[in-house]
Amino acid sequence: MTAALAVDGLVVGYAGAPVVDGMTLEIAPGAVVALLGANGAGKTTVLRTLSGLLTPRAGRVLLDGDDLGAVSVEDRSRRGLAQVPEGRSVVAELTVEENLQLGALWRRPGRAERRAAVDEMYGMFEPLARRRASAGHQLSGGERQMLALARALISRPRVLLLDEPSLGLAPRVVAQLFAVLRAAADATGLTVLLAEQNVTSALSIADRGVVLGLGQVVADAPATDLAADPALRHAYLGF
Amino acid sequence: MDRLVLLVSTGVARGLVVALFALSLVIIWRAARIVNFAQAAMAVVAVYVAFAVQQATGSYVLALLAALVTGALLGVAVERGLMRHVAGRTPLPGMIVAIGLVMVLQSTLGILVGPQHRPMTPVLSQSPLYVGTVPVLSRYDLFVLVVALVVVVGLGLLFNRTTLGLQLRASAVAPEVSRLLGVRVPRMVTVGWMLSCAVAALAVLLLVPTELGLNAHSGDVLFVHAFTVAVLGGLDSPAGALVGGLVVGVLVSLVTGYASAGLAPLAVLALLTVVLLVRPGGIFATREARTA
Repeated sequence: MTAALAVDGLVVGYAGAPVVDGMTLEIAPGAVVALLGANGAGKTTVLRTLSGLLTPRAGRVLLDGDDLGAVSVEDRSRRGLAQVPEGRSVVAELTVEENLQLGALWRRPGRAERRAAVDEMYGMFEPLARRRASAGHQLSGGERQMLALARALISRPRVLLLDEPSLGLAPRVVAQLFAVLRAAADATGLTVLLAEQNVTSALSIADRGVVLGLGQVVADAPATDLAADPALRHAYLGF
Repeated sequence: MDRLVLLVSTGVARGLVVALFALSLVIIWRAARIVNFAQAAMAVVAVYVAFAVQQATGSYVLALLAALVTGALLGVAVERGLMRHVAGRTPLPGMIVAIGLVMVLQSTLGILVGPQHRPMTPVLSQSPLYVGTVPVLSRYDLFVLVVALVVVVGLGLLFNRTTLGLQLRASAVAPEVSRLLGVRVPRMVTVGWMLSCAVAALAVLLLVPTELGLNAHSGDVLFVHAFTVAVLGGLDSPAGALVGGLVVGVLVSLVTGYASAGLAPLAVLALLTVVLLVRPGGIFATREARTA
């Protein structure tokens, strides 16, 4: 079976000190993979390269077997590679409704289909339904991250990249967010690559964990094994 | 009292032209983070084309269309040919290039068409209409008022009710996130320039018949007023441009009518100074916009 997302010999960064140095990874369709590693291990760099915001010095990125080398950021998104970037990725000036409409623009064509897609998200994320007319900057941290996730899911992506969605959120909010993410993946066969510092939460919903160290894959195991193996945890994840 | 009514209503019509031009500056600022100092010079070039079209065909409607189309095309040319290549981390390089462009355009116009003012006859009468015995707007002022209102409402609908407007607003404030959502941000910047320069050309076209005539510098005073308005309202605020334009229009009309035309620019500058002292970010600027 063709991998939903494949990375082959990826090198990113300045000459002399590449941030990502020869990373290779294949993710099967429908898998939820946690991308772990210490601060500075290169997680964000990997995600930004996958979505096309950074250009690699060497190596290839393949979406369903298609080389994305010459494909722009915009077209990667339109082909179904969605990214929720780190931090406040909600467009603060736009309302909740407008943020969702924007997310649905390319892959849910037609006014009626977009309306249905937005309402579907309000069903999945009830707090957003109550705040549909609020501007992005009026939302709480949890609501923003919820909106960022909904705005990515609304496009029915084939592959979803998330960069530290748990950052700055209360544990209870993180649990809710991750539960919705897992449910969406199970319901739609969505492939997920989840970069996280919050190892326990990430592994609790992931099928597989991949650990980055100095820009390379240093461990790659089923999530349950990774969570249960104290030696592995201690060596690479620091707890 | 009659005089006040006349001055205020004329001021509102002039003010809407200033507001239109200020709105065009706001559109470019939001799309490209550039204060386009060349806006008036570009608009004047478009109006010369419109003038030529009117001379050749005798049709004001065709001239109006020519101004809009030429304005839009100039916007694309300047954005794609110049500004895209100087876009940097700060707005300064773009502003300097824009000032250079003013000199090039005005000098070239001077060489091609000479320094004389070419009178443009208004499409409608300039003598005031009467409500009872009170003189108010002229037919031409009324025409300007209606056209300006239609354009302002049209722009409002475009930005707030269409998917193109949604993309324009999103890419203005969050280009990277917009790209990640599939929005072609560079194209949105070009569309912003097109819209903006077409609106600016229209504003100058509406203004010229009420002034001495068409000349390479016909847009200069309008630019100064509109720039003041844009700063007053906050460069990020379309509503601010609209209200500010009306305030400046009425102020200029009143000062000109009750004191002298020579004092009007001073009154505008005094207003600008007071507002900047009280609210440096502009009256309508939000906290987000000011720190952006």
